Amino acid sequence: MTLILNEEQELLRDSAKSFVDDQWQLNQLRANRASPKSGTIDAKLWQQMVELGWAAIPFPEEFGGLGLGYAELGIVMEEAGRKLLISPLLSSVVLSGSAIELAGNNDQKTEHLAKICDGSGLYAMAYQETSRHDPENVHAALTKSDGGYQLSGHKQLVINGGSANHLVVVCRSSGDAGDRDGLSLVLVNSSAVGVSIANNLLLDSTPSANITFRDVPISPEDILGKIGNAAEVLDEVYARAAIALSADMLGGIQSAFDMTLEYLKVREQFGAKIGTFQGLKHRAGRWFCEVELSRAIVLKALRSIDSGSSNLARVSNACKARCTATYQLSGKEGIQMHGGIGVTDEHDIGLYFKRARVTEILLGDTSFHTDQFATASSY
Amino acid sequence: MSDLNTFRQETRAWLNENCPASCQGDDNILPDILWGGRRQKIAEPDVQRWMDRLVAQGWTIPAWPKEYGGGGLSDDESKVLAEEMSAIGTHSPLYSFGISMLGPALLEYATEEQKREHLPRIASGEIRWCQGYSEPGSGSDLASLQCKAVKDGDDYVVTGQKVWTSTADVSDWIFCLVRTDSDAPKHEGISFLLIDMESEGVSARPIVLLSGASPFCETFFDSVRVPIANRVHEENKGWSVAKALLLHERTMLAGGPGRASTGDQKRTLLQVARDSMNAPTGPLPDKAVRAEIAQTEMDQMCYAATLQKVQDAAKAGKGMGPEGSMFKLYLSELGQRSADLRQRLNGADGLIWDGDEFHPEAKESTREWLYSRASTILGGTSEIQLNIITKRVLGLPE
Repeated sequence: MTLILNEEQELLRDSAKSFVDDQWQLNQLRANRASPKSGTIDAKLWQQMVELGWAAIPFPEEFGGLGLGYAELGIVMEEAGRKLLISPLLSSVVLSGSAIELAGNNDQKTEHLAKICDGSGLYAMAYQETSRHDPENVHAALTKSDGGYQLSGHKQLVINGGSANHLVVVCRSSGDAGDRDGLSLVLVNSSAVGVSIANNLLLDSTPSANITFRDVPISPEDILGKIGNAAEVLDEVYARAAIALSADMLGGIQSAFDMTLEYLKVREQFGAKIGTFQGLKHRAGRWFCEVELSRAIVLKALRSIDSGSSNLARVSNACKARCTATYQLSGKEGIQMHGGIGVTDEHDIGLYFKRARVTEILLGDTSFHTDQFATASSY
Repeated sequence: MSDLNTFRQETRAWLNENCPASCQGDDNILPDILWGGRRQKIAEPDVQRWMDRLVAQGWTIPAWPKEYGGGGLSDDESKVLAEEMSAIGTHSPLYSFGISMLGPALLEYATEEQKREHLPRIASGEIRWCQGYSEPGSGSDLASLQCKAVKDGDDYVVTGQKVWTSTADVSDWIFCLVRTDSDAPKHEGISFLLIDMESEGVSARPIVLLSGASPFCETFFDSVRVPIANRVHEENKGWSVAKALLLHERTMLAGGPGRASTGDQKRTLLQVARDSMNAPTGPLPDKAVRAEIAQTEMDQMCYAATLQKVQDAAKAGKGMGPEGSMFKLYLSELGQRSADLRQRLNGADGLIWDGDEFHPEAKESTREWLYSRASTILGGTSEIQLNIITKRVLGLPE
């Protein structure tokens, strides 16, 4: 495992960077607030990303993928995160795609991974039921009914839930909320009878949905993996997602840092560039160290997915905890060092501050991952 | 490639033949570490044998040219040797400032004659070196140093005081920064001198720290005559040598390439916590302490990844530049936090300075905790590292 990019990866980074720079403006985030359709994904933009192969990166070629890995997907996600691009990379490719790839049977993978890869299907994963990320705290009930099953429950913070035509839903087929046993994964068509979707716009303009399932019929073919036995797959799915999200966060962290560093070099007060003041300089130096540490652990964590590391849980905890802390630092120091202009909606630094909070809550904040790290380390 | 394979086979055979069994093992810890020099205590016999064989082969510092006492190995061969040594859990017993700091600077700046005189004695461990940089009035502002060297015939006459000269009381030679021009701007009047500690007028006195006895000394120069031939690089250009050497020092302090782990703690932080809470298994009852331990371990994981990334970049031909400062800064602070937590977890035992009844490890961990306060000061304070990072890496204006 080497923690630097090879030549092909550098090419991928350059092409992703120029795509994002050409096709996406930060202003889109401001425009989304005013638009009534802001709860949905820009399908045309996503189709272009699909054509570049981004949706197919981590999947095996036999299912329509490119047979690359998370080292590569992470590069694309970092570039997207650099400009706070809104896309279904996390919801459709990482979360739903991993759940289907890890739990699905051959038929399910053949059908659904192909749809994710070629963009003909848009997927979202509905897992969260409580305010805090709490993977086993699942009430949504999967019960037997005539010739199959039915699903009832309520989910929140389903990223891109309003745009998706397929939902991967975490539910409970036995036991009580908090049990690891009894967790199941099912595929639900979002236009199915009994599915009602409330669209929300998050504070960073990410489209999210709260979804209610009321006696939604589920056929046995739409159950992913062995019923009641999804806990281990979910561990892996959440670990991958936390790491991929960290790559997106890293892009934002780097942007906020670069933007602020540039400002320190041009802004003048008291007849001097503010970057000459040691009170700011040393904070920028410490911030730089945090960015570098975050970059290194993201690179390591992405490669730990690809190598099938037995230590993946701990690495993903360290990665998400670190990137969350660094993104928080970046948003806060970014605004403070910009001074008054930093708290205006006109300046971009505040957009990073907002994204930092959304990505912090998604898939668990620092204290969640610190706790999980200790648990995974048996203390 | 097949040459390299042959080299690997030969190296493996040589190690098998020459490395004593007691110098191998999973823990990668030798029975003894040698610092060399005329006052080196008599080593454990196996370690001495291992040392002698390595010296004969030039493998205490395999990448240096053979004529300077090294092994003349290419980068690839050095890597193979390191891998083969690590595979059997051994390393060279010789550690010295000569190898890690002075040697690389001499290779870059010294005359051929100086290299031939000094490098082989560093490689063989015959001469132990110490560093004369800081002065009582020149700590962080190193370039303001006042220790004076005045030309007199073929000699300089050196007068002044150095401080924090680690191991000066047991070293044979000292590499020193001295002022050779008091009128020039401070960076442009400094020269780099090699001084025999046995010269008339040199004396050294150990310094007692918060943690007790220490390797640090004060060193005094009272009209010491030093041949002009012992000056490295041009007169008044010593600051360039000093900077190159400081970079090596920071790399060393940051646990950069080539450093072996030393003094591993007997108990992990977690074990100390378990003992102090009387909780041998299961979740730690004090949730805040549990989180502190997890935070420390996660930080260590991030630091290890950062170090690996730089090492991978170095292997791909991108050297470590001023970002070395980041490693020194972060590792010293992380070590400090970890030493502080460990000492705190030792609780009542950690408060005992000496006596009849307390945990045997507590005494050591208390001294390490006290000593750890020095780690963010020596080798350039954290604040100096931040100055370097912000100037040389971030390009912030001055």
